[in-house]
Parts: sequence; structure tokens; C-alpha cells
Amino acid sequence: MLLDITDLTKSFPTGEGPLEVLRGVSLTLSAGESLALTGESGSGKSTLLHLVAGLDAPDSGSIHVAGQEVGALPDTARAKLRREKIGLIFQQFNLIPSLPVAANLAFQARLAGRHDPQLVTDLAESLGLTSLMTRYPEQLSGGQQQRVAIGRALAVRPALVLADEPTGNLDEATGDAVIDLLLSGVSGTGAALLLVTHSPRLAARCDRRLHLTAGRIA
Amino acid sequence: MTRAALSALLSHWRRHPLQLAMLLLGLALATALWSGVQAINAEARASYDQAAAVLGQDRLDRLVPASGRDLPQDAYIALRRAGWLVSPVIEGRLRIGSRTVTLLGVDPITAPPQAQLGGFDGGAGLLPFLTPPGEALASAATIADLDAAALPQSLRLRAVENLPEGTLIADIGIAQRLLGAEGRISRLLVHPDQPVGLPAWQDITPALRLDRPEGTADLDRLTDSFHLNLTAFGMLSFVVGLFIVHAAVGLAFEQRRPVFRTLRALGLPAGRLIWLLMAELLFFALLAGLVGVALGYLIAAVLLPDVAATLSGLYGAKVPGTLTLRPEWIAAGLAMATLGTLVAGAQGLWRIARMPLLAPAQPRAWARASEHAVKVQGALALALGLAALVLVQVGGGLVGGFALLACLLLAAALALPVLLYAALALAEKRARGVLAEWFLADTRQQLPGLNLALMALMLALAANVGVGTMVSSFRLTFTGWLDQRLAAELYVTARTEDEGARLRAYLADRANAVLPVWRTEGPVAGAPGTVYGMADHATYRQNWPLLTALPEVWERLADGTGALVNEQLARREGLAAGDPVALPGGTTLPVVGVYSDYGNPTGQAIVGIDLFVSWFPDAPRLGHAIRVSEEEAPRLARSLIEEFDLPPDRVQDQAAVKALSLRIFERTFAVTAALNVLTLGVAAVALLASLTTLSGMRLPQLAPVWAMGLTRARLARLELARTLLLAAMTALVALPVGLLLAWVLLAVINVEAFGWRLPMFVFPSDWAILGAFALLATLVAAALPVRRLARISPADLLRVFANAR
Amino acid sequence: MRVSLSLLFLLLATPALGQGAGGQGFAGLGAEVPEFALPDPTTRLEFPRDHGPHPAFRIEWWYLTANLTGPDGTDYGIQWTLFRSALAPEMREGWDSPQIWMAHAGLTTPTAHHSAERFARDGIGQAGVVAKPFAAWLDDWQMIGTATEGADQFDRVRITARGPDFAYDLDAKAEGALVLHGDQGFSVKAGGGQASHYYSQPFYRMSGTLILPDGPVTVTGTGWLDREWSSQPLDGDQTGWDWFALTFDDGSRLMAAQVRSDSGTFSIGTSIAADGTAEALPDGALRFTPLETAGVAGREIPVRWRIEGAGLDVQIEPVNTESWMDTTFAYWEGPIRISGSHSGRGYLEMTGY
Repeated sequence: MLLDITDLTKSFPTGEGPLEVLRGVSLTLSAGESLALTGESGSGKSTLLHLVAGLDAPDSGSIHVAGQEVGALPDTARAKLRREKIGLIFQQFNLIPSLPVAANLAFQARLAGRHDPQLVTDLAESLGLTSLMTRYPEQLSGGQQQRVAIGRALAVRPALVLADEPTGNLDEATGDAVIDLLLSGVSGTGAALLLVTHSPRLAARCDRRLHLTAGRIA
Repeated sequence: MTRAALSALLSHWRRHPLQLAMLLLGLALATALWSGVQAINAEARASYDQAAAVLGQDRLDRLVPASGRDLPQDAYIALRRAGWLVSPVIEGRLRIGSRTVTLLGVDPITAPPQAQLGGFDGGAGLLPFLTPPGEALASAATIADLDAAALPQSLRLRAVENLPEGTLIADIGIAQRLLGAEGRISRLLVHPDQPVGLPAWQDITPALRLDRPEGTADLDRLTDSFHLNLTAFGMLSFVVGLFIVHAAVGLAFEQRRPVFRTLRALGLPAGRLIWLLMAELLFFALLAGLVGVALGYLIAAVLLPDVAATLSGLYGAKVPGTLTLRPEWIAAGLAMATLGTLVAGAQGLWRIARMPLLAPAQPRAWARASEHAVKVQGALALALGLAALVLVQVGGGLVGGFALLACLLLAAALALPVLLYAALALAEKRARGVLAEWFLADTRQQLPGLNLALMALMLALAANVGVGTMVSSFRLTFTGWLDQRLAAELYVTARTEDEGARLRAYLADRANAVLPVWRTEGPVAGAPGTVYGMADHATYRQNWPLLTALPEVWERLADGTGALVNEQLARREGLAAGDPVALPGGTTLPVVGVYSDYGNPTGQAIVGIDLFVSWFPDAPRLGHAIRVSEEEAPRLARSLIEEFDLPPDRVQDQAAVKALSLRIFERTFAVTAALNVLTLGVAAVALLASLTTLSGMRLPQLAPVWAMGLTRARLARLELARTLLLAAMTALVALPVGLLLAWVLLAVINVEAFGWRLPMFVFPSDWAILGAFALLATLVAAALPVRRLARISPADLLRVFANAR
Repeated sequence: MRVSLSLLFLLLATPALGQGAGGQGFAGLGAEVPEFALPDPTTRLEFPRDHGPHPAFRIEWWYLTANLTGPDGTDYGIQWTLFRSALAPEMREGWDSPQIWMAHAGLTTPTAHHSAERFARDGIGQAGVVAKPFAAWLDDWQMIGTATEGADQFDRVRITARGPDFAYDLDAKAEGALVLHGDQGFSVKAGGGQASHYYSQPFYRMSGTLILPDGPVTVTGTGWLDREWSSQPLDGDQTGWDWFALTFDDGSRLMAAQVRSDSGTFSIGTSIAADGTAEALPDGALRFTPLETAGVAGREIPVRWRIEGAGLDVQIEPVNTESWMDTTFAYWEGPIRISGSHSGRGYLEMTGY
């Protein structure tokens, strides 16, 4: 099992006491599989994604990614896990503004020490970025930026791609095109995909779907 | 509406207290250094005016001896009996315990009203003032400074106001006796209203000279350079402080853009918004200005004793070591703070005024690098650099020199971002490794936000290198010069002419040589100066620090066919070897040599001793330089003190004179050094302010990198390294700028201000220390924001990715 | 009795001799100062000794006024005064001498009044008085005795003085003997017994030159020299005085004065016949009535007077009402014309207004 989540809980402190965002979530995901996580705003789906990525620590429960217990890892090991095993795609694209497209594409792969120029060239071509390689993020449209983000995530040959509302900032046509690229890219590298979205239409394109309501799998 | 709008605007500061603190701190520091320097200058100027006004010297004509030090009292009586309304003054130095004061003897009965002998209001009568043991008037501070037990001949002291520091006024009869100058008079004050039909004073008492009121011109001229120096430092600090304010105001305006837009959309007129923001700024300006003025007062109070010592040691200008709080100075400080705030905030206000109502939110517009801006700055820097070059060619006095400094520093400051930008771009091209690339690219991107702080740091560092190099070069030259100039083993000053003659007789077979150090004051090349008589002796031939000389200079000096002049006189009058120089008494000699003279800024000439004695027979023959073997010197000094009952300060050995000279020298630059450090401190605060405000804006750029697999600690280390890299590069740029500054100070400013040009020496070890200090300051400035980053909660970073953003 | 006692008292009480330094620094003489000599009724004056200074007394003056006439008949008046003021009752050599000299000079024309003052320290030669051969000087102002051998030192003197806009050089030749006032020169000034030693030479025939802003004028006329010394200020409540030196056309003279106080006046006088016979007039023998006042230097000053008693009833009017001595201690002093039972000319001094 590539991803195995058991009884995961997470709460955040607020002015009116702790807010329980996840209340015992369990799920699994196999290599090469794609899973859509749907739910209303505030249902906890983004938090779940962040916990899987090791960006934050759960209150209780366990997350195993490729056999490693994420929650038990120290900060440096978690960073290494993110670097090498996980490709992240955000709604805001979150490219590095000071680097051109080419450098953004290769960024994480080079961080992970597994830079494959050929792969990056191929990805750029398949994502339609070849002519934009010397541009800076601020010179790109939203769709173009997200395609760079997808390429960046895939260039590291991750075991798991985590995408958080990747089309949330895009119009429908662009969003559809981006999802096509994401899905084909993921399947091309053999990675698993955990897609967080509130759109049933998008979710329908994944192998499996889970619905999160008030911190629990419905 | 106004009230609601104001509360919306002000809520920003509640949420960003650090930003507010930076704004106020920057403003307060800028005002503090500026007004501190102003306070020092004002205090000094006030005491010059007071000194110049003593006995109405700034208003009354005076009759002074044409040569020599004084005139007989008979001359006074003769003038009075001929109808001239003049009043006698005797002036001398009086030692009281460990202090030496200026004693002025006056005749209160004949002194013109303009002499304003204030102080006869203490209730004691005229009788105790006029008759022995007599009474001396002095400022309360002077009295407090004197050892009452050491007062000579049971003289009593009475405190009065408006007398300069270190000055006693007594009746002339009392003063003559105290000074051992019975029957002598230093000068005559001339009543402005003289009777009709008087005979010319020249026909009654020749050998006098009429001096016009000198006003404060003399001290002002001498000390101008020093005060200009301080003012320049104050201004530099103020500008550095304004950088902080500009950064804080700019950021606060930028961050509040959404609020501004909302307020505008809700119907607040743009004009009202501008006025509200202006009022907010003015309030801050006044608040910080008050704090700054208070701080400035503290700074001035701390520095003033050193300044007073400098002015006294270098120029003989007496300034009290304590500060008076002057209302006009407080007002000036507040005005400066207000003006500075408005200047620093003008750009922000201008942008708000032009902001379209529905402009898209551009939270990073302020920080985004603009290649265009860099180009404009580069062009400006070039233009200013060219202007500096022109100024070097044209010259133009002290003000021109400081204009040159300003051009140079401004050009360097504007060029700094261009240089950093280019250097980082170059390094980026060569960088291997993804982190290095990202690190450099990100550093370059951050430049616009740090520009001003880095400029401030660069200016402070350059000033430090420049002034440090100047002072060290001066010190090296000065000590070398002292060694040459103070070649004799002992220096003895007799108290009276008679004692001088006995000294010479006593020393004739006890010393290898007794060299006269006799001098007279008088116009040299048309300005007040001093003429020395010099014996023809190997001591001078071997050691005297000649800069240029004609062949057989010593022979020509000895036979009275030539004079030596000091460097400052030669430069001021454009004298070269062979040119004639006018000496007191209406005589002229050709210049046969120019010698370096770092003791004082006034003109000096040296003639052969025989010629001196024949020209100035009245000049007191008191000072003597004694050549004796080094082993003999201490014994001879002791026997002189015992034999002649001389006070120990009248017999000084070479080492003591050198030590005294060096001590004066060190104190002279103590203030400069202190201001230097303070300026660097302000620059560090500027950096801290910029880094702190920037750190909040850095998260969106750092969060993705974190998400892609870097730990927060590593990111924090990189941020620290980034700041240090920028500081190091800035320091690197500052070094040549500082050396250029030193050159301007040594070769332009010094020549204009003091009249001497100094060779430049470089001290690389000092640079290393300064560089380390700069990095340390940067480290301190960066520590807080970096620590915050290292400990930031993941939730704060995750917010960057939150959909709601 | 001339500018005298209270003027010098003022001098001592006033700051820094015109330096404008303010305050009462020089007052406080009274108690702490060494004892000064007091006028003594048994003292008999001796000349030339008593022409010289009396340093044991606190104050003393040599005071000459003259009524002069120019070639065109214009009236002029001059004043020459040397005051000695002692801080202590002794004289010493050099700056230590505790005595101060002050001189006033005035020159009055019908249309202008010029005045000047000088100060000097004693002991250094700037000012002084020598009884024989007589010389009194301060700076270049002087009164030098030029009497022939055997005559009194005051028989003939030459006086010179010079101000910013005037000067004079006059010869004074006596045509009569010295006159002792009061009892053998002991002159009582107040009901409290305050007194001075006081004598005059009222019989000078004057000639010489005045230097006016418009040029020199040759003049002739009559002059009156007063000598007085004392140590006692006036009574505490005495506010000022009016002093008249009257020279009548018939050759007789009258010294008439009143000291004003809150409680009334004290009059003094000496009636001098043309042959020099003097008769002291006791308090109340003369009556002084102001007839008209004029605004001078911001004060109301009685410029026209009526004097009755001792067989005369005369009216006094000034040559120039603006005869204001604008010196450190200001007062009115100028030439006057006399009409009524007797006619003539004279000098009037008024203080305390």
C-alpha cells in the first residue's frame, strides 16, 4: 500500500476552543491509483492533504507513505520525504517567482538530487511549455502557471502526487485541459494521485472517490 | 465618517506594532543625531559670541601694541591727558591650582558702556573690587572648577552671568599685580564717541595699532570647519534615519492599500484620505521628534565635554562642558522630524493620491524589482559621479569640498543597487546547483526591498572607512611630525624677562645648547598670525620638517634674508619659495622654505633670531628649548625647578609635550569616532527595520520551497546567509567609496579647513575589523526575523496555500 | 551748594558709573566703610592748603560757572566741575587708591545746551588736584592756576574742557577776595546739623573762546568758583535743592539756595557786597517761589522763580529752559537773567525733579 491512513484526527486552536477538523479519517491508496477527495469548504480535505505531505503533524492516528510513518519522522526526514516522494500542486500554483519556467520545472527534482533533463524536456513538451521556458511566473497566465506546477511535481518522479484544488483558480475550459494533463502525466510516471476538489465533475475522472463531511469520510 | 476612517486606518498599527516601532525608532534616531549635533554647535556658537562680546570686543575699536605683547601704562595716561577716551585692559594667563584661566584686568571707571562690564550687581561694593586683595568676577561654572584654596593673594571670587568659560575679570590694578605686569597694559578700548579736535593718537604714542572690532569672525572662521564636519555627520545620520522612515511608511501604505480602496469605495474622498494619512504621519513625526530631541540632548550632553576639549585644544575656543536647553533648538529638532517624515512619506502619499479606485490589488508591487528603476538610479549615480569629478577640478572652498563629499556619497549610494544587481545576476549565471541558483535569484529579487537599508549601511561603512583612514593617516603624520618638531630634550618657559635672562646664564655651561623660542603676535601676510625667531642650530637643520626649501635655506634664515612660513599660510596665500611675505611692523621678507605645522590653523612665519630681536625688541624672551644629553635631561629639569623655584609646568621634557599634543589630538577625533559608531548603529537599525518588515512578505516566496522539501531551519539559515551576503557585498562596495572619501577629506577638506594636506596611509587591518563589525551588526539585525522564520508554525506557512488567500 | 552731596551719594549708589550694569552694588557704603572725617565748626580754612583735596572727606568739588557774552551780545553760560569721591578716607599711589574723580562740563547758548562727563581713577595720574601751584585736571580737562607770585592761587585760573560737540578755553581773573560761607566757611545744610566746608571766589572776570558746532566764538563775562567738601549726605527726607549764584549789575553778589524736603524747605544764603563783605543768611531769611514750570527731559521743572528777602525781590528766568545736564546723574544747570528790585545775571542749579 503506497498510502495508508488510519484514524487520523487534527484540530486547530481558535478563539472559541479547539476546532476539530479531522475526526478519525482512514483511507488507503495503491501505487498508480488516483483518488478524489471531495467535500464542502472546511470539511478538512486540504488539512488531510497537508498532513499526508508532512507539512503539518496530526494529533493522533497514523499516516504511512511508502511504508514510512510520516507523523513519527523528524523535521529533516519529513522534508526529505516531501522532496523525494511527493509532488505537490496548489490552487495558487505557488511557483518560485524569482526563477524562470525552466528552473521552476526542474527545481524539486534537483533538490531531490534526481534531476533528469530529458524528463524535464519531455514534460515541458507534453505540457506545452517549451516556448515559455525562459519566462518568469508573473509573465504567465494562470493555466500556464499551473502547467508548470504540474511539471515541477512530476519531474521529481514522485510516488505520490498531492493536488489541492488545482483548477480552483482557472476557468472551466482551462481547468479541464489542466486536469487532462495532470491525469495523463501521473499515469505516465506511475505515481498515485490524491486530488482534493469540491467539483464532482473533476472527481469523476479519478479511479476512486471519497467524500469528506465534517472531518469524517462519508 | 472621518472618525470611522481614522480608526480603520489606525487599526493597521495595532496589528503591526513592530512596524510602528521601527517607524518611530527610525524617526527618533534620525532626529536624535541631527539635533544632538545641532545642540553641540549651538552651544559652541553661543559661547563664541559670549567670548567675543567680553569687554565689547565685538563692538569696540582697540589700540594694541604694534609689536610685542603690551604697552606701558604711561601711554594710557598720555592718551587720556590728550583727550582720548580710552580704557585700559590687561590680559594674561593665570594659574590657579591645576587650572589655567584667562585673567582680564579692566578699569570699571573708564570702560566704555559698550564694554558691558556686567556683574556689578552682586551687592558688594566698588571698594572691594578696586582695592586689594581685590575681587574677580567669573561664571559660576568657572568658579566651581577652581580650587578656592589655590587662589593667589587672597583674591575673592564672585559669580556673575554672561562671562565665558575660564575667564576671570578683575580690576586692572589687581590683575597687573597677579600677572606680574605692574604698569603694563595689553590694549586700550576706544570709546566710540570721542571729543572734538583731538590730536592723532599716532602723534601721542607711536608703536600702537588700531584694531577694528573682530566680532565672532575669528573663532567662527577657525572653528567653521569643525562645526561643518559635525553638521555633515548629523546630516548623514539624519538621511540614514530617513531611509528607515521611508521604508516603514512605504510598507505601511502598501499593506493598507486594500483598506484605502475599501474606504474610497465606501465614499471617503481621496483628499480626505490623504489628509488623514498626513495627520497620522505628523502625529508620529511629533511623537518621535520629541523622543528624538530628548535623545539628541543626551547625545549632545555626552559628547560635549569632548567637543569642548577639542575646541579648546585645537583653537583655544572656550566652550563650557555643560549643555543649556535652548527652545529654538527643540523647535528646530521637531521641524526637522516633521519635514523628514513628510519627505519620507511623500512618495507613498503621491501614490495614494493617484491610485485608481478599482485598481487590482498588487500587494507586491512595492517590492517588485523594476529594471527601469535600477537603470535610472545607475544614470543618476553616473551623473553625480561626473559632478564630483567636476568639483574636484573646480574646487570652491570648504563648501565645495563638502558638496564633493555629498555628490560622491550619493553617487555611491545610488550605484550600490546597480552593482549588487549586476553582481548577483552574474553569479546566478555561473551558479551550479539548484539551491545556489534559487538563493541568488531570490536575493536579487529581494534587493528593491532592502535597497534603502543597504544604502544606509554602505554610507555608514564608507564614512567609517573614510574618516578612520583620515584620522589614522593624520595620527601617523602627526606623530612623525612631532618627533621632528620636538627635537629638544627640555622646554623651559620663564615667568619674566629677567628670569629668562638668568635662565640663559645658568644654562650656558650646563646645556649643549639653549635655543630661544621667542615669538610675537601680529599680522602675517595681512591676517593675524605669529612670528618666531629661530636660532641657527643643527637641531633645526637636521629635524625641522621642511616641505619645500630654497638652496641654503638655513644660511638665508640665519643672515636675515629670508623667512620660513608654515604650510597653512603658504596654501592660504598661495606663497611659493621666493615669494615675499609681509611681516608685522610693515616689513617683508622672501619665503625661503615652507614647513609643515599641524599645531594650529593660523599663519606662522619664522625669521632668524638676530633679525627677530632687532625687529621686535619688545617681544618677551621667555621660552627656551634646551639641548642636553638624554641622561642629563631629568636632572637638569629638577635643578631648574629647584634653582629658579619654577612651577613644574614651566619645565617640560620632550615626552611630556608629545604626550600632551597627542592627547589633544585624540580628543579632537573622539567625537568623530563616536558619531561614526552612532551612524553605523542607525544603519544597523535601518537594516533591522527593513528585514523585519520584509520577513512578513517573504512567506509566500518561502512556503513553496518549504513544501518542496526544505526544513524551516534550513530556510532560516539561508535567509541569514542571504542577508550576510548582501551586507558583505555592501561592505565590499563601501571600501573603495570610503577610501575615496578619505582622499577627499585629506586632500580637499583638510586643505580648505586647516590649510594642510596630509599623505594617505591605508590600514587594511582596520577594514577587516570594520567588516567584521558590519557583519556582526547585520547578524544582529537579521537575527530576530530569522529566528521568527526558524520557529514559524506550519499553520502560518500553510496559510500561504490556503484557498482563501 | 551745587550738585554736591546727594549727587555724589547717587554716584556711589548707582551701578558701575554709567556702565548700566544695574543694581545697588556701590551703595552699602554706610556702615562697613572706614570712618570719614566730619566737617568741624572749629576748623579754620588755610590757603593755598585748602585749595587742594581733602581725601579724609567723602566728597569734594571744584565748581566753576560763568555768564558770558559774545561779540554780537548773545548770552552764553559754561560749567566746569571736578568731583572727588572717596571710597575710603585715604589716598594711595597707583590703582589701589580708593578715590574716584568725575568731571562735568556744560555749555549753554540761548538755543542749545551741550554737556559732557568724564571719570577717572585716582593714583595713576589721570586726574588729581594740587594746591600749589594750583592744578586740577581730569584727562585733558583742566583748571590751572596762573596767579602771579604772592597772590592767592585762585586769583587767576585757566579752564579748558572738551565734549563730543563743544569745547572751551577760558581765562578767569579774580577782581575780589575769596568769600567764606556760613561761619568761617562752616556751612550748615539742614535742620539736623548736616554741614560742609564751603568757600567761593565769586568775582571772576572771564575771557576766552568757546568752540561751538558752528565755529569758535570769543566771549567775555563773569565767573564764580565754588569749593566745598563734606562727608555727610543730606537728611533722609531731603529730595533736592535749588541753588542760585546771582551776580548783580551793582557789583554785589548773592548765594541763595533752598533744600527741599517732604516737611518743608531749609534755606541758606550769603549776601556779598561789591567789596567782598559777606553776611550769612539764616534759614528762613530767603523765600523761593516757583513762578512757572516747563517740561524738560520728561520732567516738570520750575524754570522761573521769585526770590524775596535780604532786602531784595527779584525774578529769575533762564537763558535756555533746556539747560539739562544729560550726564550719568542728570540735573538742570544753566545761566539765568535777573530782573526786579535788582538786575543782573547768574547761574541756577536744580536737582531732584
